[in-house]
Amino acid sequence: MATAAQSVSIFGMIAGLIGVMALVAVNALFLIWMERKVSAHMQLRPGPMEVGWHGAIQTIADALKLLGKELITPRDVDKPVYLAAPIVIFLPVLVSFLVIPFSQNLIIRDMNVGVLLILSFAALTVLAILMAGWASNNKYAVFGAIRSVAQNVAYEIPLLITLMSVILMVGSFRLTDIVAAQSRIWFVFLQPIAFILYIICATAETNRAPFDLPEAESELVAGFHTEYSGMRFALFFLAEYTNMFIVAALATIFFLGGWRGPFLPGIVWFLIKVYAIIFLIMWFRWTFPRVRFDQLITLSWKILIPLALANLIVTAFVLKLV
Amino acid sequence: MTSYVKEILTGFYSLLAGMGVTIRYFVKPIVTVQYPREKLQMSPAYRGHTEFVLDPETQTHRCIACELCSRTCPSQLIHLEGVKVGKKKLPSKYVIEYHLCSLCGLCVEVCPTQALQFSKEYRLAGYSRQDAVIDVFARMQAQQRRLGWPVTPIPEPQPEAEGEAEAKPKPAKAKPAAKKAEKPAEAEAAPAAPETPATPAEEEEKS
Ligand code: SF4
Ligand code: SF4
Repeated sequence: MATAAQSVSIFGMIAGLIGVMALVAVNALFLIWMERKVSAHMQLRPGPMEVGWHGAIQTIADALKLLGKELITPRDVDKPVYLAAPIVIFLPVLVSFLVIPFSQNLIIRDMNVGVLLILSFAALTVLAILMAGWASNNKYAVFGAIRSVAQNVAYEIPLLITLMSVILMVGSFRLTDIVAAQSRIWFVFLQPIAFILYIICATAETNRAPFDLPEAESELVAGFHTEYSGMRFALFFLAEYTNMFIVAALATIFFLGGWRGPFLPGIVWFLIKVYAIIFLIMWFRWTFPRVRFDQLITLSWKILIPLALANLIVTAFVLKLV
Repeated sequence: MTSYVKEILTGFYSLLAGMGVTIRYFVKPIVTVQYPREKLQMSPAYRGHTEFVLDPETQTHRCIACELCSRTCPSQLIHLEGVKVGKKKLPSKYVIEYHLCSLCGLCVEVCPTQALQFSKEYRLAGYSRQDAVIDVFARMQAQQRRLGWPVTPIPEPQPEAEGEAEAKPKPAKAKPAAKKAEKPAEAEAAPAAPETPATPAEEEEKS
């Protein structure tokens, strides 16, 4: 009986893995197209229009082009680390999908440490960026990597604290429990400050403008992935867009009631909310200029962390009183 | 402490204001023109190469081949020939080497009959210098064809009086030939070329 249950779960794992792979690919293709469209329309341009309906399969064409590109390995790179970095950046991305509940039953594994799993693996992204930058043996790449580490250390703290205040209210790390706790009211209304702080930190965690210092084009060429070409570069790109999906999914689960919504099936509501958050993050990118590095660190240590802590303390007090 | 809170609030407000601007632009209609499929209307002040004015009454050009324009042109790029048709003199060839033109407008201004104007032609990319040599006469004929007007033929020299009928043709014919020889090779080939550059120009103006 036990073995039967195990084999079923292994089968489920494999099916889940295939589903996740497909989701990652389709999501990245869609997000790149969406980003180009959003940026274009904010600048009164049409964006890609030539390949497919309104350029819908433009990104597929781009991906095919990237596949055909030569994989250049510069002479003086630290080869094992250089080759491992694109794989390492992709791993946490895949693991995070293990615990994300897309709807009531659509979840690969409902762990009771779901949040911790995602957040701890998300920290691996920094490691991968550091590996890529260091192994590239390129000053721009190293600078990008160093900035990324400083930034991620600074922004992971308020991120965790804001999530903590929601977890305090629910009393569980399990993501399905957090969704279930929002059956009456979404936490975005109970914890508006936490939501705003989370979105800011999430933007910084995914290294997106206005916090895209690790890959600031105007200063660092392409930052940590300067020396990567072809499919290796594509993996970094894929990881960035999948990370966006993950932080948006977390925001949906923590603040927007997850898959809950009237009429439509859960998965549809979930995706609508996720892409709405992603649109918000894109909207930031095409509105705000990149911050200076000292501003970035100041924002985190002087504003976000105190605010997040204050929010946590207030939440704890209110919970105690009620 | 109050300044700290105030800074956060004003900063947050300014961020929201910025996002308000971009979202307003997001829903505005786009301004990009998908060039080969859509085209912009050129402004009235746009100066393309010169062309003949088509007189709506006579349905043809007004040029009297006085050669004032070709003499005035500071770049000496107008090559025109006139022939006598009865009492009148008419141009039988009007070719400009547009790549030398400075668009100064002197030719347009000096013309006693206001026979010239600037066209709105802007698609002038070509593979050789020859592509920039424009046969203004052929262009006018093409315009007439498009409007459905009678096409002005290239006038043949006609004898003025009967007595001279025998003697005149020879020097009259020899003269253009001699003139041609003086001119650069490009101008020589020009009359053959006009159809090609003129055709995209027609479509252009139609749309
Ligand atoms: S615009 Fe000036 S340069 Fe051009 S053809 Fe006329 S007179 Fe010559
Ligand atoms: S000045 Fe006018 S009328 Fe005289 S030749 Fe030139 S275009 Fe013809």
